[in-house]
Amino acid sequence: MSILAAGPVIPNFGSGSKCEQTGGWWCTDWLRAHWGDTLQPALVQHIELSLIAVGIGFAIALALALLGFRFAVLDAPFGAFADFLYTIPSLALFQLLVPITGLTVTTVEVALVGYTLLILYRNTVAGLRSVPAEALEAARGMGLTRTQTFLRVELPLAVPAIVAGLRLAAVSTISIATVAALVIPEGLGRPIFVALEQDLFKTEILAAGGLAIALALVADALLVVAQRALTPWSRA
Amino acid sequence: MIASTFVDALRFIGDNPGLLLHLTAAHLELSLTALGIALVLALPLGLWLGHRHRGLFLALGVSSVGRALPSLVLIAFMTLTPLGIGFWNNTLALTVLAIPSILTNAYFGIVGVDRDVVEAARGMGLSERQILFRVELPLGLPLVMAGIRIAAIFVIATATIAAIAGGGGLGEIIVDQASYGLSGVIGAALCVSALTLVAAVLLTLLQRAASRRPEPNA
Repeated sequence: MSILAAGPVIPNFGSGSKCEQTGGWWCTDWLRAHWGDTLQPALVQHIELSLIAVGIGFAIALALALLGFRFAVLDAPFGAFADFLYTIPSLALFQLLVPITGLTVTTVEVALVGYTLLILYRNTVAGLRSVPAEALEAARGMGLTRTQTFLRVELPLAVPAIVAGLRLAAVSTISIATVAALVIPEGLGRPIFVALEQDLFKTEILAAGGLAIALALVADALLVVAQRALTPWSRA
Repeated sequence: MIASTFVDALRFIGDNPGLLLHLTAAHLELSLTALGIALVLALPLGLWLGHRHRGLFLALGVSSVGRALPSLVLIAFMTLTPLGIGFWNNTLALTVLAIPSILTNAYFGIVGVDRDVVEAARGMGLSERQILFRVELPLGLPLVMAGIRIAAIFVIATATIAAIAGGGGLGEIIVDQASYGLSGVIGAALCVSALTLVAAVLLTLLQRAASRRPEPNA
């Protein structure tokens, strides 16, 4: 049985050092030899997959949130649709898209974007709704138009909630992107699946898994920094 | 061509009800065991910490660490434990994944209860235990139940991935296209999606029923 998507065959470990042959926990010689041809490309692909997904997801969610915020009737169906998508297991959604978009990056991105929608949509709408009435009152008093109020008052005040949504979306996308390796030979899931198939090569599982966790933590931290920079007034 | 793939998938479901039911049962067994253990561990802790207004750091820490842990990575890591490959390694992974939302929501559900109400109950001479179970829990129940619902849906969905580490369940077909063909893979994907959607609807109804009774039954 093979759980792997088609792709380049990773060199086998039979010829490796003693550590590799015995499936050691942390074979530095293997890591050094395969950082360049296995781990680093997987990491870069993972970052690309995640960035594209969160970027497109954010654009769609922002557009939907503006509609849902302006026309409250739409909020319930948009929310329900996002809920529905989020419930479907990632592994299943990837496979359900394969007959439509094939074993391609598109399949993976469509699914990843779908999963970001729930978090991003809900947080953006909640952020826009949480703008205090006094702020809107003041904006009206100053003679701002509807569009000006939105751009200069509502949107900036919603930034913390929007960034909170982006943090969740980024971390969950990085998590789900590991599963993408079942459809396309890309991302940090790939070395993990290879290692699972090759008698659980511990070093590879730990290294690739550790990179995925580190990537999630770094993405989260970067978004915190971005939020501080975007909302200088909220700095205590 | 697309339509025929899905028709074939439905045919696969029609032709293999026994296999699919068996795997659905295994899927639920794994999910419910993990969820049960997570509930036993995280629910009392979250409620107690919330009642004592302690452990904010723990509640926040557990939830953010939990989020940063990719499910697949955790499932892969658990294959390296002495639990080996099969039921328990996956149970442990899914338990770890279920704990954050149960713990965090239980904590914030109880912490968020109006302090005046709690003080009034204390003034009436209720014991700490009575305060927790007759005042705070009924009032915080919507949030506590939301945490359980989120964890349950997440575990049932993620149990699909457990198939890569010998967990059984409906994912077994999805990761084994060589044996079951594309129609089998799509059929199983449809089944597991239906399973999670049904579970999500049932849990949402349960949560609504639980939050419909806001007044403490002291």
